[in-house]
Amino acid sequence: MSKVKVAILGSGNIGTDLMMKLRRSSVLELTAVIGIDPESEGLQVAREFGYEAIDSGIDGFLKRPEMADIVFDATSARAHFGHAQLLKEAGKKVIDMTPAAIGDLVVPPVNMEKHLDVPNINLITCGGQATIPMVHAVSRISPVKYAEIVATISSVSAGPGTRANIDEFTQTTARGIEQIGGAKKGKAIIILNPAEPPILMRNAVYCLVESVDERKMTESILKMEKTVQSYVPGYRLKTEPIFDGNKVTIFLEVEGAGDYLPKYSGNLDIMTAAGVKVAEEFARHQIKKKVI
Amino acid sequence: MSAKRDVYITEVALRDGSHAIRHQFTVDHVVQVARALDEANVPYIEVSHGDGLAGSSLQYGFSLTDEMELIEAAGSVCRQAKVSVLLLPGIGTVNELKEAAKRGAKMVRVATHVTEADVSAQHIYMAKELGMETVGFLMMAHMAPVEKLVEQAKLMESYGADIIYVTDSAGAMLPHQVRGKIRALKENLDVEIGFHGHNNLSLAMANTLAAIEEGATRVDGSVRCFGAGAGNTQTEVLVAVLDRLGINTGIDMYNMMDLAEETVAPILGHPQEITRDAMILGYTGVYSSFLLHAKQAAEKFQIDSRDILLELGKRKLVGGQEDMIVDVAAEIAKAGTKAAR
Repeated sequence: MSKVKVAILGSGNIGTDLMMKLRRSSVLELTAVIGIDPESEGLQVAREFGYEAIDSGIDGFLKRPEMADIVFDATSARAHFGHAQLLKEAGKKVIDMTPAAIGDLVVPPVNMEKHLDVPNINLITCGGQATIPMVHAVSRISPVKYAEIVATISSVSAGPGTRANIDEFTQTTARGIEQIGGAKKGKAIIILNPAEPPILMRNAVYCLVESVDERKMTESILKMEKTVQSYVPGYRLKTEPIFDGNKVTIFLEVEGAGDYLPKYSGNLDIMTAAGVKVAEEFARHQIKKKVI
Repeated sequence: MSAKRDVYITEVALRDGSHAIRHQFTVDHVVQVARALDEANVPYIEVSHGDGLAGSSLQYGFSLTDEMELIEAAGSVCRQAKVSVLLLPGIGTVNELKEAAKRGAKMVRVATHVTEADVSAQHIYMAKELGMETVGFLMMAHMAPVEKLVEQAKLMESYGADIIYVTDSAGAMLPHQVRGKIRALKENLDVEIGFHGHNNLSLAMANTLAAIEEGATRVDGSVRCFGAGAGNTQTEVLVAVLDRLGINTGIDMYNMMDLAEETVAPILGHPQEITRDAMILGYTGVYSSFLLHAKQAAEKFQIDSRDILLELGKRKLVGGQEDMIVDVAAEIAKAGTKAAR
């Protein structure tokens, strides 16, 4: 089967972790990593693995647009506003890993199919990727009046972008809980914990539902756990779901795959894994269209 | 009372006290208390959910009354006192801050864990833009060495904070530690320095005095110790003690004594005391608002709440991680059943 070509914009931690994951893909072919600092570790790793290392940023890539059909943007929200426009004009599909949230919000196991033909996909936040599948798992059994998530991540895994824009995290995640998770009202809280050794990403998901069906809900939640595990192996329930009146509580833990980023940073791993998952679905869709 | 105040007291019962009554304040409570505090010439009155703006949640407990209504109600009865709000980035956002300012809040305390000051930049900038007096509130200050505290305080100062607080959220600090921290901030920063204590080890007053001796000019109190854990430095007593020390707070002691007894005590319901759970908070360094959550979990799982709190302390939890309480309680209960077998 032919592969679809992809490039990574951004040679930081996220970009480098993406590189490791893309190496394993059977439908995606990584061709280039684009940065602005030729000495950056990301570009050095790219060269070692034999990928094109473009050190002149987006302009450098746009001179050779045939290098990729799908571009991951792993830079920053501010940079993405410019990139999004340029890449759209160049006819590239963009998977936005930043919190810019210009494009459609996507959580792969919930709403991927509806967004196979859009130019720009946003992955919301790590907290969103971890918890929205579970809100959906509950809301497909009974309407959810209110869903609240609390994401706790290790301080060292929260980059400067997350720290400077912590409001965007809570607001975008809450939007995703409503739009994609299906809750009537959504709320998100994020907590940074500086403990050493660093803690694994942990999430609490609370749903207030219209009617409780313990058996069906537990089944739905366990099924969703498996689905997410298919692309984030370190994603797991900490305990069985807890039912208390009309409140459903789910505790989750996300351990990273340890591709490039350390294992404790499951919050970053779930983002890069979701990005690759989305790109693979795009690629399969594109290959299918060509065959038809 | 025209003489300049030497020390500015912020009364936190209507915010920190929210924890002690599971966030059940009514407009009527707030109006009564705020009016009396204003009449006693208290300069700042803090009103918010216990966990700050937007804290109303399943994680921390829903507010009975929308906090914006409470903020507005407090402002409506204050002639001289300024209404303050608390904001924890990650829970509240600049949107709630703007709304609070619109409802009359004049001061905001932007609170982060002692090592995470850089998440407060966008909120401090916005507060300044809104013309609010802005405090950087470094919580769980017992968990960081002096150098780290200074580094983080400097960040908040650089964002524009007018005042930096050493916040002993767990009531775990000892007077010499408070001294060292306040002194270091006085030496390294240009802004005013404040201290917020909890009485879990019966040291809130001693710590507050130590802070003032080292140069803190802003301190917190809660009337009748109406705050999380064993409560805060008891405001009416603090006013009396500072008066005996010749430090002018500008607050009328008799008025404070009366409102404590007649207005606040009935709302609090039961007198605040240093229970064994509260003591463990201070002893092990756990966030004071975990107290009632741990008690509830202990009842549910039929275990000793002190075991839960000790374990939470061991795991170095930070403020806001209430979801861990049930988790840890379940683990302890499970281990207990296994051991019994």
